[in-house]
Amino acid sequence: MTATSDRDQLDALVARAHDNRVNLDFETEGMTLNIGPQHPATHGTLRIVARLDGEEVVSAEPVPGYMHRGYEKLTEVRSYPQINTLINRIDWLGSFANEVPFILAAEKLMGVEAPPRAQFIRTILFEMSRIANISLFIGDYGLQLGGMTAGFYAFRDREHVLNQIEAATGGRFHPNFDRIGGLKDDLPKGWIADTHAAMDKLLAFCDEMDALLMGNEIFQSRTRGIGVIPADIALSYGLSGANLRASGVDWDIRRDACPPGMAYDEVDWTVWTHPDGDCYGRTWVRLQETREAAKIVKQLLDKIPGGPVMAKVPRIIKVPEGEAYVETENPLGAMGYYVVSKGDLVPFRVKIRSASFNNISVLPWVARGAYVPDLVSILGSLYFILGDIDR
Amino acid sequence: MTLVLAAFDPPYWLETLVKVLVISVVVPTTALILGMVFLFKVMSWMQSRLGPQEAGPRGTLQLLADGVKFLQKEDIAPAGADRVIFKMAPLVVLMSTLLLYVALPASLHLVVADLDVGIFYVLAVSSVSVLGVLMAGWASANKYALVGGLRAAGQLIAYELPMVLAVIGVVIQAGTLSLNGIVLAQADGSIFGWDGIGFPYILTQFVGFAIFLAAVQAELTQPPFDMPVAESEIVSGYQVEYTGFRFLIFFLAEFATAFAFAGIAAVLFLGGWAVPWLDASSDWYYVLGPIVLFAKVMLVAFIIFWVRFTYPRFREDQLQSFAWKVLIPLALVNLVVTAVLKVVV
Repeated sequence: MTATSDRDQLDALVARAHDNRVNLDFETEGMTLNIGPQHPATHGTLRIVARLDGEEVVSAEPVPGYMHRGYEKLTEVRSYPQINTLINRIDWLGSFANEVPFILAAEKLMGVEAPPRAQFIRTILFEMSRIANISLFIGDYGLQLGGMTAGFYAFRDREHVLNQIEAATGGRFHPNFDRIGGLKDDLPKGWIADTHAAMDKLLAFCDEMDALLMGNEIFQSRTRGIGVIPADIALSYGLSGANLRASGVDWDIRRDACPPGMAYDEVDWTVWTHPDGDCYGRTWVRLQETREAAKIVKQLLDKIPGGPVMAKVPRIIKVPEGEAYVETENPLGAMGYYVVSKGDLVPFRVKIRSASFNNISVLPWVARGAYVPDLVSILGSLYFILGDIDR
Repeated sequence: MTLVLAAFDPPYWLETLVKVLVISVVVPTTALILGMVFLFKVMSWMQSRLGPQEAGPRGTLQLLADGVKFLQKEDIAPAGADRVIFKMAPLVVLMSTLLLYVALPASLHLVVADLDVGIFYVLAVSSVSVLGVLMAGWASANKYALVGGLRAAGQLIAYELPMVLAVIGVVIQAGTLSLNGIVLAQADGSIFGWDGIGFPYILTQFVGFAIFLAAVQAELTQPPFDMPVAESEIVSGYQVEYTGFRFLIFFLAEFATAFAFAGIAAVLFLGGWAVPWLDASSDWYYVLGPIVLFAKVMLVAFIIFWVRFTYPRFREDQLQSFAWKVLIPLALVNLVVTAVLKVVV
C-alpha cells in the first residue's frame, strides 16, 4: 500500500488493525471490502470503505470526491444566466429543480418577482422534475434489490414525464428554462391536456409499483426494520426530504417555509410521514410523494392563470450588492444556494447546499452492524445522486 | 423400425463416441434455446421492451453473436490468482452439467445411460457444481468473488436437502429410482380407475413440485435466490474475474442446467416423454418422446424464469432460514404423508 500522506498512512494502519482483529467466537479475521468507486450500487463514483466481520459490517465510511467538478468555484467566473446552465448538472435526474432555488435567490437580491403565470409553470415543472427523479428511484431501488422488472417499468414510465418536460422546455434532462424574473418561454399548444394524460399514467405507475414492489414479501423482508434512523439522529445529521419524513419528522419546505416565487399556496396536498424510519419507510414516503406531486401538477394545470411569463428585467443582469439564501424542497431533500453579490455581473461567491451530501453522511451511523446485502438496501434507500454529493 | 434398430448393434467404442457427441451437442443447444427464448424474448416481453432485433430474423441469432464475441476476448487470469484452479473451475461446473444430461430420458430408448438409480445419480452429480463455484471464488483472489463463492456454497448445500426430500416423495410413490421407471409408472397409472391421461405425479406431489422448483431456482442461483451472484452488491460474485470463453462456460452451464432441471421436473412430476393413449413401447416415441419432453421442459422453464424476472432477492440469512425453517419441514411432512398413504392406500 502506497500512502501519500500522514492521514492516508493512519487510515492504512487502522485498516490493517481492523483486518487483523480476530473474532473470538469463531476465530475468524476481519476483511476490508472496498465498495466503489466503480460499483453498481453506488450509481456514480462514490467509494465506501467497509470493514467486515464475516458478512457483518463493522464500519462503513463513504469517501466522496471522485466526481468533484468545482461548481462553487466555477460560479465565480460566470454570469448569472451562465450559472443557470451549469447548476442543471448537480442533480441530473431532476435538473429543473436545481435551477429554481438559485433563480429565486437572485430574484430576491434584485427585488423582482415573476408574474403569476410564470410562478405556476415554474411550480409545475419543479414537481415534474420531482416525479422524473423519484419514479426512477423506485424502479432503481427494485433493481438493486434484484427485481429487474421494476427498473424497466420505471424507465418506461419516466418517459411520459420527460416527454412533457422536453415539449415545454426543449431539453429532456437539462432544461435551462428558468430565468430571473420568469421563464424563457410560454407553454406550447396542447401541453396542458397532454400533461394531464401523462400524470394519469404516472399515477397508474405508482399503483403498479405498489403491487410489484411494496406489496412483495421478499421486498418487505429486505427493507422492513433495516437501516432504522431515529428522528433525533436524522435531525442531528441534517437529513432532509423523504429521508427525514420517513423518520417521522413532519417537515416540508414547500409547506412550512416556501420561498416567494412558487405557487404552493394555491394547491391542496398532503405531506406524508412514516413512523418507522427504515428502508421501507423511506421508499413508501417517496412513492407517496410521487403521487402527491402528480396531484399538485394536475391541480395547478387546472388553475393556471393567463398573462406574461416574464417580468421586466434589464437585458444585462447585474445583481445588486447583498447576500441571500434560498432553500427549496428538491426531489432529494433541501437544496439551497447562498449567493453573495458585490453588484457585479458575476456573483462573488455561491455556496451550494445539496441534499445528498448530508443524507449520505448518516451512512457510517446506520450501516454499523448491518449485513453486506443490507448495506445495498440502506444505500439505495437513502437515495443519493452522485452529482449532488460532489458538485 | 424396431427391426432396423435391433439390427444396428454398434461396437462399444462407436456407441460411446456417438453418446459423447450427442451430449456435447445437446448441452450448448439447450442453453442457446433457453437463453434465446427466455432471457431475451420472454424477459423483454415481461419488461415491456423489445429485446434484440438486429442479429438475424427478429434477433434470433443474437446469442450466437454474443458467443462469438466472448470467444474473441482475451483469456485473462488475475495476477494473484491460483492459475490452475482458476482455469479449471468453469470446466468443473460444465462437467456437472454434462453429467446431468447422461441420465435424462427423452424416450424409453433415447437415453444415454438408463441407470437403475437414475434420480440418485442426477442429484449426486448436480452437487458437483458447488465444487467448481467454490474453486472459482477462492482462486480468483478477489474479495467479491470469495464472498460470492462462499455464499454459493452455503446456499447450494442448504437447498440440496429440500430438493432430495421432494424427490423422495416421487420415488416412494413410483417405487423406483430409475427415471424411465418413474415415467412408466406415471404412464401406466390411473386416476380413480380412469386411466385416460395416466397419472402425472403433480396431482399428488404438488407440494413436492413447488419445493423442487424453489430448490432448482436456488441451485441455479437465479432470483430470488441469486445472492451469490448479486450484481448490485458483489458484482456477480465468483464470476467477477472471468473473461471471454471461461465466462461463456459459466453462462452455458447455468442455462443448460436450467434446461436439465426443468427436464427432470418434467420427468418426475409431469409424466416425462409419455403421451396418453399411446403404449410406452411404441416406436413413435423415437420422434414423439423428445418433442413431448421439450414442450414440458419449456413449460417448467417458463415458470422458473417467470419467477426470476418478478421477484427481488432474498438476503443470505433469510435465504438460509427459508430453506431450513420452511422448505425442509414442509418436505418432511410431504414425505410422511406420501409414505403413509402409500402403505394405507
